[in-house]
Amino acid sequence: MASYLSGLQSGLKEALTANRKVIVLGEDIVDPYGGAFKVTKGLSTCFPERVISTPICEGGFTGVAVGMALRGFRPVIEIMFGDFLTLCSDQIVNHMAKFPDMYNNQVKVPLVIRTPMGGGRGYGATHSQSLEKMFLGIPGIKVVAPSHLHATNDILKYAILNDDDPVLFIENKLLYPLEQHVHVFMEQSVEISGYPTVALRNFSTGKPDVTIIAYGGLSLEIVPLLAKLHDDELNVNAVFPSSLWPVPVETLTRYGAQCGRIVLCEESSAGFNWGSEIAALLYENLHGKLAAPIARLASASQAIPAARQLEIKTLISAQDIENAVWELMS
Amino acid sequence: MLVNNRPKCLRSFFQEMTHIRVVEETFLDLFAQGVIGGTVHTCLGQEAVAVGLISALNLDLDIICSNHRGHGHFLAYCGDTSSLVAEILGQPSGVCGGIGGSQHLQMKNFYSNGILGGMAPVAVGMAFAEKLKGSGAVVVQFMGDGAMAEGAVYEAMNMAALWKLPIMFAVENNQYAQSTHWNAQHSGMLEQRSESFGVPMVDIDGNDVEEVYHTTQHLINEIRTQCTPRLMFMRTYRIGPHSKGDDLRDPKEIDLHQQQEPLSRLRKKLDPSWVTSIEKQIRQEVALLVANLRKE
Repeated sequence: MASYLSGLQSGLKEALTANRKVIVLGEDIVDPYGGAFKVTKGLSTCFPERVISTPICEGGFTGVAVGMALRGFRPVIEIMFGDFLTLCSDQIVNHMAKFPDMYNNQVKVPLVIRTPMGGGRGYGATHSQSLEKMFLGIPGIKVVAPSHLHATNDILKYAILNDDDPVLFIENKLLYPLEQHVHVFMEQSVEISGYPTVALRNFSTGKPDVTIIAYGGLSLEIVPLLAKLHDDELNVNAVFPSSLWPVPVETLTRYGAQCGRIVLCEESSAGFNWGSEIAALLYENLHGKLAAPIARLASASQAIPAARQLEIKTLISAQDIENAVWELMS
Repeated sequence: MLVNNRPKCLRSFFQEMTHIRVVEETFLDLFAQGVIGGTVHTCLGQEAVAVGLISALNLDLDIICSNHRGHGHFLAYCGDTSSLVAEILGQPSGVCGGIGGSQHLQMKNFYSNGILGGMAPVAVGMAFAEKLKGSGAVVVQFMGDGAMAEGAVYEAMNMAALWKLPIMFAVENNQYAQSTHWNAQHSGMLEQRSESFGVPMVDIDGNDVEEVYHTTQHLINEIRTQCTPRLMFMRTYRIGPHSKGDDLRDPKEIDLHQQQEPLSRLRKKLDPSWVTSIEKQIRQEVALLVANLRKE
């Protein structure tokens, strides 16, 4: 069984093997260092011509990858910390996302931007954020964020080899060492090609009492929470889309409709986030079918502290989610 | 294909440059009449750069990354006036179906975008791609003195030199960033910057089409054979407004530069009766083309 990290590693290696047009660029990614989180470990030894360490200029080498994609390559870039995507935002928004549309579909930009997000490691305010919400809703790009219930190998390989749209691929730092979680009560649906939604329930038959919808690193908190709630005899279904944008709206609506009690959870800061849009879509689609208002949980709207005891209070926790679940049942 | 076998004599340069001038003056007229909206950045006074440089490229192979002031580059690249005018009129037969508009043109190996300096790293990536393919193509990245205040340009120069890529940074120093004189937004010497990154620079008169042509030939040959970047710094002057009628410069300053603008200079080297007749012919051709497109 692969871990979140080893799936990414093998996905990259298999993509480089499958197609000579795949190029990997990023800061400190070549061996022996192999990248800050070791996702590219060993790659430059196997593919020295196509795995290239860049200067520290995230905006610049994002542009380089856009140029390579326009000229027939399928580049993958690593942004060492997701927080640094702000430096790439001009290339993402005004170049990568724009070229296919504004050039009347005469060009393609098959480019994957991989980056780790999330807190919980004491890195402080500028190395712990979940900034993917800044890029949700931008026309012309996809934003993908697998949980540890997903096969990261398959999803990354699809993005690199099969998706002709640019993809922002969000990884979670705390998930890297985890084995992929598989369970008999798990089901997968694919509304957005290549980017499945996985649902895990804590009951064998019947309907859920509550549906949790979350993504990315929160699977770490939610999987044990489901077991705990099972002991408390509460039926809960946890749904993890890997595609944040576009939204697999029919899938989420279907799960939400099963009980009419929905908790949306994400690690990003509260306010104008992923859950805002998902809640709006679910309210439109489930009008009159909800048993209670949708609960939306996120981390506190403040800079993430470096001190571990302060950081824990800032980030969304399993306890927050559990409290919201019971609140919906009361 | 766009085989660049057109004559490179003074008459042909004059013809192409006049054509660009007339098309762009027409755009300003159409804008004033309210026929076209948005914005139009003309390269009036900078035609020698577009024609001299692009005439020296292998158009089957080489790649052009242009900027917001790119009509001249586009016309010198493909000569397809109809697809440019239609684009700016917002018609489906435009080069990007009317979606791109003035600043966002794409045809074959020509790409333009309206974010200043933003195409510099993209052009470096294209050069990297062509080097990996072994195609022998050179990428030309146009920018102005205004864009040279953007950080992306220096990230691009660093990577181009570090990775030894076949790219020419083509700087059109037209002396103005919108309404701001280059002196008021740059410290130090613009032309000296690239060499500290290991990108050799040649400083030329950008209003002399022959000098631009011959220097480009020389530099492109160096880039193609050595696979290393160069910067060509071309001194010129934007005699037109930044975009539409938004010109607050001292008219005396502009008058002074009118004498040095490339078409005036070239006119003096050519037979006056030929000049008169060719100018008349180009005006008629462009007027007819625009009139026909406006009927669509």
